[in-house]
Amino acid sequence: MPDHIVSSYDTDLEDLRRSISEMGGIAEKMMTDASNALVRRDTPLAQAVIAADRRLDILQREIEERSILLIARRQPMAIDLRETVSAIRVSNDLERIGDLAKNVAKRVVAIAEQIQPQKIVIGVQHMSDLVQEQLKDVLDAYASRDTKAALDVWERDDAIDALYNSLFRELLTYMMEDPRNISFCTHLLFCAKNIERIGDHTTNIAETIHYLVTGANSLAESERPKNDASNYATVDLPGTGLGAGA
Amino acid sequence: MNAATGITSAPLAGRHKADENSPVRIAVKDLNFYYGSFHGLKNVNLDFHDRQVTALIGPSGCGKSTLLRTFNRIYSLYPDQRAEGQILLDGQNVLDANVDLNELRSRIGMVFQKPTPFPMSIYDNVAFGLRLYEKLPKADLDVRVEESLRKAALWDEVKDKLKQSGMGLSGGQQQRLCIARTVAQRPEVILFDEPTSALDPISTGRIEELIEQLRSEFTIVIVTHNMQQAARISQFTAFMYLGELVEFGPTTRIFMNPEKRQTQDYITGRFG
Amino acid sequence: MDAINTLAPPAPPLRKSRVRSGRRVADRLLVGACTLATLIGIVVLGSILAMLIIEGVKGFSPLLFTEPTPGPGSEGGGIANAILGSLVMTVLGILVATPVGVMAGTFLAEYGRHSKLADLIRFLNDILLSAPSILIGLFVYTLMVRPMGSYSGWAGAVALAIIATPVIVRTTEDMLRLVPATLREAGAALGAPPSKVITAITWRGASAGIVTGIILALARIAGETAPLLFTALNNNSWFSPNLMGGVPNLPVMIYQFALSPYANWQQLAWAGALLITITILALSIVARFVIKPQRAR
Repeated sequence: MPDHIVSSYDTDLEDLRRSISEMGGIAEKMMTDASNALVRRDTPLAQAVIAADRRLDILQREIEERSILLIARRQPMAIDLRETVSAIRVSNDLERIGDLAKNVAKRVVAIAEQIQPQKIVIGVQHMSDLVQEQLKDVLDAYASRDTKAALDVWERDDAIDALYNSLFRELLTYMMEDPRNISFCTHLLFCAKNIERIGDHTTNIAETIHYLVTGANSLAESERPKNDASNYATVDLPGTGLGAGA
Repeated sequence: MNAATGITSAPLAGRHKADENSPVRIAVKDLNFYYGSFHGLKNVNLDFHDRQVTALIGPSGCGKSTLLRTFNRIYSLYPDQRAEGQILLDGQNVLDANVDLNELRSRIGMVFQKPTPFPMSIYDNVAFGLRLYEKLPKADLDVRVEESLRKAALWDEVKDKLKQSGMGLSGGQQQRLCIARTVAQRPEVILFDEPTSALDPISTGRIEELIEQLRSEFTIVIVTHNMQQAARISQFTAFMYLGELVEFGPTTRIFMNPEKRQTQDYITGRFG
Repeated sequence: MDAINTLAPPAPPLRKSRVRSGRRVADRLLVGACTLATLIGIVVLGSILAMLIIEGVKGFSPLLFTEPTPGPGSEGGGIANAILGSLVMTVLGILVATPVGVMAGTFLAEYGRHSKLADLIRFLNDILLSAPSILIGLFVYTLMVRPMGSYSGWAGAVALAIIATPVIVRTTEDMLRLVPATLREAGAALGAPPSKVITAITWRGASAGIVTGIILALARIAGETAPLLFTALNNNSWFSPNLMGGVPNLPVMIYQFALSPYANWQQLAWAGALLITITILALSIVARFVIKPQRAR
């Protein structure tokens, strides 16, 4: 694409892009660190994740301000307008991803003293790996304006939702097996939920990429099958015959 | 603020949505235009819908004003300018040699870039077109003048000085006077040739607001260099370049997601 | 601000300032030369006017406007007959020249703007505009005075009309061309035929300029001597209402009386010259006021 007649316009857009990629890098690292901290019970690492969120918040506010100024100053049209709007949307999603990673890290600090079998964490770790890959792919797709890659991420979210469902059941089972697990498993369940939410934000970003490149909101409008059935999942309590809603 | 910019709280999709089912008022078919030996318009095909605002955009010299000036054949004031092809106004070819130009021009009104008040009173300015072909009694003429000035949102500002010269008004008022003069003839189509390029932002806002209101009665075609203006007030947009029509479609699509590369480059300010 | 100034580079080298002072000298020289030239012009003009006023005022009396010119060598008398004769011929001339000039100017500016004929007419008009006025006097002499066998006020009026017409044609065309083309387009866009656009819009828009042109033409012919010498000549008596025979008029009267040996006549010539000058000055000032209201906006 040729440059703008006003070259500072290009600089403005370039600055936005750079800030987004910085945010992406931070969010990705926070996500990985939070997951590692959870698996390794690494409280200092978790504290580092919590501290990193501040930078992400600042960047997000900056991008928002710069985008608003750019709209006011340049009245962007077509691709430039979509680029600016996308920057606001993506920075919001990344800021939320940071918050969710921070939540996970906080729970890591909270459960640090509780000794639990490592195998319970493995399911969450597996899901986290999937989401990390999603995040990485969607950020790459954003940088290269690759709708195909974005669409791929968007479709893969189903697998994460399915994994979350099975994890939900698994954790419920642990809790029923031994009530002493309840506290730990509840924290873990929230961690899993947070990670699953991060996955949702990656699909938001994928939708934004689609809008950015094609100008159509069609992807966001089409109903992605949501397989998060845990909303309705029940587990039969042995003996009582009553279902306990989740 | 809202009044000045013409932004109201009406939902975007409802008010700005292009009505593609609205009947075609002007159909341009294979139009070619020549300034002497210079080929100013090349095979233009374009439909203008009834009671919709169509914006013509493009860089200087792209032929957008030329296209506008073929509709009422105002170009024929000058020698060496000629148009070939068809411009169908309600099915009748405007370019036919036997078309009565004065009658045609009373059906297609035109507002120019610079305000063009005639050197006469405000009242006489508005009555000028009415006196040409309609022999109205004084009382009826008064009614029509007031009605036109009201439609042009100028009545309240000039009702006490109708006998004063139209040249004494401010630029924005002069332009609204010209709109009133055009509206008075009850045309079917109103052509605007960069109507706000000589006006300040407040007057521009008033004119835009006015065009928005006039749309309920008239088919409107506007040439503008201000893309935000085209985006604000039109339902359809045509992008022209080097005498050719590059892209035509609903305004929201043209400005959010144009199909042609040239259109995108132009509206995003990337023209080399 | 101060901090920045202290960091500024040292003063520019000397050579640069020498160049600058050279320019300053050249500038002053030119301003001086222009001022001097203007002063010379003003002094010459001022002394002509001063002399005219000093000499002319001496002969000013109410009798000037009531008594006809006296006989050779006799005392008293006025120039009333010459004033009246000049007035009649000038008004007649402008009455003929105005419609012809305005119409021709309108043709050049509106209808014939792009035609070869208009170019030819414009060229000829410009020649006529700068033709020596004595030539026009001779032309009317052969055209009217010879066949009619007598000098006449009619011939004088025709000669003055011929001089005034090209002035009016030129100013009318120029003023109409100053009316913006969009105003004509706006008229046409409302469905007005060309005749309506011209009479109702462009003439109105240019009216102040056209009137100014007519007044300036009036001022021009009020002081013309040469064409009247061959046509109206002069006469010391009251002119006859049929304007036949010599008709008294100011310019020729001044010409003849000034060259005469009689002191009384010479005095009357000075008074007449002052009168014409005042009239022309007044007309020029009026012309300025006519054009002003439009320029103000």
